[in-house]
Amino acid sequence: MSDVIRRDPRAEWIARNRLHPLHGTIAVGDDAEVRGPSGLLRKNPHKVGFIGPNGIKRIDRLKGNGAASGMGRRSSGPQEVQLPLHSVESPDFYIVVVPDLVGGRLTSQDKDILGQAHKIANGIKGEGAVVAVCFGESKEENYDTAGVDRLIHLEGEEYEGFSPEQRLAALVQVEASLQPKHWLFPDSVNGGTDLGSRLAARLGERPAVQAWQVTHETTVSRGASQSLDITRETPRILMLLEECADAIDETRHEAKALELDSVPRAIVQLQDQGQVAVDPNAIPLAEAEFILSAGNGIHNWDQFHDTAAALGATEGASRVAVDDGFMPRFRQVGATGTWVTARVYLAVGISGAIQHMQGIGQCDKVVAINTDAGCDMVKRAALSAIGDSEEILGELLKLAQEHRANKGEEGEQNAA
Amino acid sequence: MQPNIKQSLDIVSLVSIGQHPQSGRVRRAEQDGRAVELGMNLGGDNLTVLHAGDPQEQALRTYAGMGLSSMQVLNLDLQDDAVPALADYLQQLRPDIVLTGVRAESGESSGMVPYLLAEKLNWPVVARIADIVSVEDGVAEVMLALPRGQRRALKVALPFVASVDNAAPEARQSAYGPGIRAQIEPLAGVKEEDTVRSNWSEAKAKPRPKRLKVVKAKTAAERFKAATAKPQGEAGKVLKGVPAKEQAQEIFNLLLEEKVI
Repeated sequence: MSDVIRRDPRAEWIARNRLHPLHGTIAVGDDAEVRGPSGLLRKNPHKVGFIGPNGIKRIDRLKGNGAASGMGRRSSGPQEVQLPLHSVESPDFYIVVVPDLVGGRLTSQDKDILGQAHKIANGIKGEGAVVAVCFGESKEENYDTAGVDRLIHLEGEEYEGFSPEQRLAALVQVEASLQPKHWLFPDSVNGGTDLGSRLAARLGERPAVQAWQVTHETTVSRGASQSLDITRETPRILMLLEECADAIDETRHEAKALELDSVPRAIVQLQDQGQVAVDPNAIPLAEAEFILSAGNGIHNWDQFHDTAAALGATEGASRVAVDDGFMPRFRQVGATGTWVTARVYLAVGISGAIQHMQGIGQCDKVVAINTDAGCDMVKRAALSAIGDSEEILGELLKLAQEHRANKGEEGEQNAA
Repeated sequence: MQPNIKQSLDIVSLVSIGQHPQSGRVRRAEQDGRAVELGMNLGGDNLTVLHAGDPQEQALRTYAGMGLSSMQVLNLDLQDDAVPALADYLQQLRPDIVLTGVRAESGESSGMVPYLLAEKLNWPVVARIADIVSVEDGVAEVMLALPRGQRRALKVALPFVASVDNAAPEARQSAYGPGIRAQIEPLAGVKEEDTVRSNWSEAKAKPRPKRLKVVKAKTAAERFKAATAKPQGEAGKVLKGVPAKEQAQEIFNLLLEEKVI
């Protein structure tokens, strides 16, 4: 047999002629695409698509990505895509990541560092597992998609609040039991740098700080107030800057809990006296953690200021409130004003112009109080209350004052 | 505000040579200046300002110009490690508080010096302090600078090492004349060459590449959606037709859960 494609002119002629009595037997199959005689791909436009319920021809160009509708079937919402599972049965080595867990959740820097850990592990021969050591209360649910193979979660009152000494004791225990190849910390003000430096000093390792380009062989880190790039062999302890690597997004991981032998109680020389109340309005708006923001829907401004004071929130405002003269210009949130990074943003009477939504793009939890259930702010919010803002703020003010009073009593009892 | 000091304190402020962020000229380092300022407010005349490096360095005069009559300098070469010399000196001096900046503005700027000194001297180390409020019966109350403008109070027994954050009171102005007249006392320090560092290569910092927003779409429809659709989180809980009291309670619970109150 030769590879030459033989043409049958008669069969082709019958196939072309739909009125020919033999057309039905010769006609090309149901495929819309066939190899032509010269090997080119031929598409038959008459064969594309299907006849819809109304007898009208429909062509689906979404390639299965549209909402699963049509043919009388009900759509069951977008299908959750199950990512492939990356499992490590018996790891040859460990890479330990100690995330910051600000507010109990992985920050974007933490996720980048987990990605970095996998990048390093892939470079080294053998199968490695990425271990995350988490302290205190954790609200994170997506350890698996963030790239955690093994999870050591240490909870208890000794890890709550400010406890670098106890955490260091736990890390020394991890070092003894796992002997990790690398320790990765976020180089951040949220405690990552502090803990990493403490561990490096205890283990006598020389860490690379402000590292931003790391492979399993070499590390590039910043020095001399960001004006110098230092290239060196990758050390055991690394403190990494933001966006050092890409976060994991194509695989799922086991996040298998790993038990640690009992951690000895550290001698606590730094006695935590708790957080000190600071004037929330003295904190720059861009850095504030909790913002109570007012818009056009506020009519009782005294009540708004009282509520902000009782909740201990920094005050913000939408452009309308500022233009009308109720709030100073430096309190404006949005594209023209300040781009805020608050963890919790409570928007009262703000419907959510696109400029305002840009300004709160980095906020974690948005809470909306509005009269209009269809506005953009309600769509963005994790929790929204539909109703009169004055009434709801009044109730909120009462709750906050009660909470304060209770706290004060407790404090007195503790002192007594 | 004047700190509440009930005893005489021996304080050592460690200073390094700073670097201007734009011109790159040597200067008084921002955080070390604050450490000296804090030390002057606390210790008054008992403050020792200590530098490890070249005693001829002109930038040291800008620290002296803050009103110091003298400064101590451990004479080291450029390639020497500062930590053994400093640890040795502090072991003999036994001060109550050692203050440093968080990170040096030149060299490796790893910020490890306070930790390494604390480990060698077996003292506690407090990172990023904003203020020392009081010292009473050998216990200091320290104000820690947290991110987002928050503060945490901490009690720590003397002696300890602390690094001073940018939130601490700003360093006072430096006067040229007194700075020139101040005495700089060179001391012989333990010389130990930093051999690890000699294997590194250093280059001027390249700007870091900006992260691009990569759309991992497989079809044109997905790409189109990613380019045009409004970024929206999944719709949250909506409380409609519920009494205001319950709505407020729900919001308050969320605030408590997020620990912002």
